[in-house]
Amino acid sequence: MRILARVGRVTNGFFEYAGGVTLLTSESVGFLVRFRVRLTETISQCALLGVQSLVIVLLTSLFTGMVISLESAQQAVAYGFSSFVGGAVAYAAVRELGPMLTAVVVAGRVGAAIAAEIGSMVVTEQVEALRSMGVEPARFLVVPRLLALLLMLPLLTIFADVVSILGGMWIAREYAHIPYHEFMQSVRQAIDFSDVVKGLLKTFVFATIIAMVGAYQGLSTRGGAAGVGQSTTFSVVLAIILIFISNFVLSLLLFGGR
Amino acid sequence: MNSNGRSLIARVDGVTLAFGDRIVLKNCSLDIVEGAITCIIGLSGAGKSTVLRLLDGLLLPSEGHIYVLGSDLCHLSEEQVNVMRQKIGLSFQFAALLDSLSVGDNVALPLREHTKLSRAEIRQTVFDALDSVGLAHAYDDLPGELSGGMLKRAGFARAIVTRPALVLYDEPTTGLDPIVSKLITETILKLRSKLNGTAVVISHDLASIFTMADYIAMLFEGAIIAYDTADRIRNSPNPIVQQFLQGSEAGPIQI
Repeated sequence: MRILARVGRVTNGFFEYAGGVTLLTSESVGFLVRFRVRLTETISQCALLGVQSLVIVLLTSLFTGMVISLESAQQAVAYGFSSFVGGAVAYAAVRELGPMLTAVVVAGRVGAAIAAEIGSMVVTEQVEALRSMGVEPARFLVVPRLLALLLMLPLLTIFADVVSILGGMWIAREYAHIPYHEFMQSVRQAIDFSDVVKGLLKTFVFATIIAMVGAYQGLSTRGGAAGVGQSTTFSVVLAIILIFISNFVLSLLLFGGR
Repeated sequence: MNSNGRSLIARVDGVTLAFGDRIVLKNCSLDIVEGAITCIIGLSGAGKSTVLRLLDGLLLPSEGHIYVLGSDLCHLSEEQVNVMRQKIGLSFQFAALLDSLSVGDNVALPLREHTKLSRAEIRQTVFDALDSVGLAHAYDDLPGELSGGMLKRAGFARAIVTRPALVLYDEPTTGLDPIVSKLITETILKLRSKLNGTAVVISHDLASIFTMADYIAMLFEGAIIAYDTADRIRNSPNPIVQQFLQGSEAGPIQI
């Protein structure tokens, strides 16, 4: 009986959480669709959540591109397939690693910041003060962050794609003596524009996950400073798990068997 | 109208509210007379702040009704409650100013959200509101740069900037020294005169309460056990009221 009660509680909690995130998302999207957006705050969030994430995204992408190139170039040269190295790096970067790695990095940095900021506002009654003034917290706090991420994550991903390919290209020349033009020719053969677009389509889903999980977790914060800490940690962990799961589903849908 | 023929601006009617298994209010009723200052007293944790949040529509009762300005908040949609909240000002115990905004921007927030006033008009209105609480000089300061008393007054300015018909003050003098407490009490009286409005104040500060209250209600064990004018409450024969006013350990209130 105790096990059944526990299963019941966990199931109840899961649906309560999923329902809460869904309601907050639909409310926020509703404000977006009606363009009830605080533009100045959105621009400021773009700088805070997007521009300030650029360096860490570039660094992780650069080294990821370099390591893929390093591993694949050594093998390719050994087996005489050096003309495929550029394709391997670009294929991985544009379709999978660029969007997902960028999202994971942003989830760690931005998702945590969203949950912590909104959570602190909840425990200091600032969110309740907004409601008492007839201001919807979803419109005031969530929509600018959601919109900023929807705008900035695709841009960050484009930078990540480019930098990882450039990093891979450099390593391919340094360690496997693959000329730049051969590397780029391989890139062009391996991916086309639709791959880039599909990779970027993923980022809109990832941006929504990061913003909404962070915001919902922040708004659900209870119990002072300890509660803010728990919300922050949980939002990052959950967002990263959801990014991995949704990346698999999206790859299946967008790229199919190809 | 209440039984004394005074017109009411709000009424808590037979409200029951529980948080989980803990019943906070049980069949609680309270009249808020228009144009008067009603103070709610009671032990810590008695549910006084809960009554304020019910009057602002931040909480909904599990039973009973909350009437404010002729509307039952329990039967309004969230959008309608948001419209109603523009006629109600709530000053929080710890001010609850948005710490990322300056004091001026905090006070301007309700005006920016709900009015079509120009920037210059908003600035002037905010300046007037801050001036009425003696904080005109703090327009550009951040909340973190203010003292406790200044924060409370900035919270008052935000609560009254839209000239609401009903202002709710949650423990306005708690944690302040006697001189600042007196200043806060005088500010509430001044704001009432300026707005020609109604106020509900929650406080444990009896000196402040008897200075400003027209009516006093005592909340005990989830219900209003005494409600009358300040003078009558002071001389109430109710032993619970007397024990509370005298701060005595002996009496029907078991701590």
